[in-house]
Amino acid sequence: MRGSVGPRRVAINRPADQRTGLRSDSNPGDGRLLRFDRVERAAHWINALLFAILMVTALPLYFTGVEALVGRRELIVQIHTWSGIALPVPLLISLAGSWGARFRRDVRRFNVWMSEETRWLRGLGRERLPELDKFNPGQKLNAIFIGGSIAVMLGSGIVLKWFRFFPLDWRTGATFVHDVLAAAIFVVVFGHIAFAVTHRDALRSMFKGWVTESWAARHAPRWLQEEKAAGSASDSTSPEKLT
Amino acid sequence: MTPDGPGQQPLDSLPAAVSTRPVRMGRRVFLGMVALGAGGVVFGSGVQKIIGSALGSGLGGLLPGGDRFRIYTITGSFPVISREKYQLQVTGLVDRPLGLSLDDIEAMPSTKLVKNFQCVTGWRVPEVHWEGVRLSDVLDAAGVQSSAGGVEFDSYDGADTESLTLYQARLPDVIVAYRMLGAPVTTAHGGPVRLYVAPMYGYKSLKWLRSIRVVEQAEPGYWEKNGYPVDAWIGGTEESGNQSAG
Repeated sequence: MRGSVGPRRVAINRPADQRTGLRSDSNPGDGRLLRFDRVERAAHWINALLFAILMVTALPLYFTGVEALVGRRELIVQIHTWSGIALPVPLLISLAGSWGARFRRDVRRFNVWMSEETRWLRGLGRERLPELDKFNPGQKLNAIFIGGSIAVMLGSGIVLKWFRFFPLDWRTGATFVHDVLAAAIFVVVFGHIAFAVTHRDALRSMFKGWVTESWAARHAPRWLQEEKAAGSASDSTSPEKLT
Repeated sequence: MTPDGPGQQPLDSLPAAVSTRPVRMGRRVFLGMVALGAGGVVFGSGVQKIIGSALGSGLGGLLPGGDRFRIYTITGSFPVISREKYQLQVTGLVDRPLGLSLDDIEAMPSTKLVKNFQCVTGWRVPEVHWEGVRLSDVLDAAGVQSSAGGVEFDSYDGADTESLTLYQARLPDVIVAYRMLGAPVTTAHGGPVRLYVAPMYGYKSLKWLRSIRVVEQAEPGYWEKNGYPVDAWIGGTEESGNQSAG
């Protein structure tokens, strides 16, 4: 195996590190792994910004006390509506082209669960943590929930925005769905932020892209193995090796 | 999500050694949410009614999506008008223009209504208690001239306007309200005096009522100019409006 060469190669293979100007000796003797590339980071932060706008503008639309302070309902409604309509755009663009290969792979990771992961989640973390892939079940669930929320909030929001085209009962139903899911989104997003600020290494990877190999060994051992295998696989297919 | 169906090649390139049984959980959760959301849009109105009647308006109103008012204000803040300073102007094509204080309004014969408050965008509050003076009584007190065909309203917020045809304005469940939800109308709800147009969507029930102007033909109001339908009968027709408001 070329395992001993793996860490070095991984570190060298990350031009993102050079672009962000990080000194390679910040973790002496420790390789780095790219967890999120630029496209994924951009998609995340644009999405986060739109969510922030939507959540802030939601407050006066729902709470009388905030409405009393803010008012200007038409303006707030316009900001809220158009941010909502824009919501899927950055995600779809970053998933679409050749630039989205890594993002698409991560979306496939969100989709596929090992049976021990579902067991771990059902036991609310009481059971022993399974050998983790790149994302743990909670992170996967968060990503899927946000994706599903975007679809449902957009759909119910469209009924509220273009209400004329829908029967009155649907408008009432859409209000119900939009409100209930909004409450759930607040809980999940604040939970996500709480986990992020208490897990600095994971948070840094959403700013700078990389995690250390030692972090990956602890939190995502199977992903680390996979990356190393991919590294040596690309070695073995290189022209020199074919002979 | 992955396009391949079940029974095709193993999922992705996961190392075979650690794979127990891969499940497409992400897709299930995503589609489950979409299905729940769609079901909620179509049937949520009924679900909400059941929850609302099971919990009562107090507790039900606290839950997200419960039966509660969404307070709208189109200006920067609520106009605060004291009971003493309040005055309602009745002008236009009338024999006797009026300036009514709150005491004057309360001295007139009162009407009580218990009706749903229905917003055009869908939210509704069931069985709201209202008390006030019939708009037709106010119009009669001022003496509407024969050339009149419509009524325009404006608000102490300085921005909101509304209008009705004279026929609509004379309906028995169109009132100038000073009590709501068992108490004087609060500032947030448009107090001390607001309009309540029971058979129509909520935006017709102008808050912080300042003036009633009788005209030949009424201009569309603020919300109509911002895209809400001029024809505001709940459910689309006068009859359905009266039924569902009952």
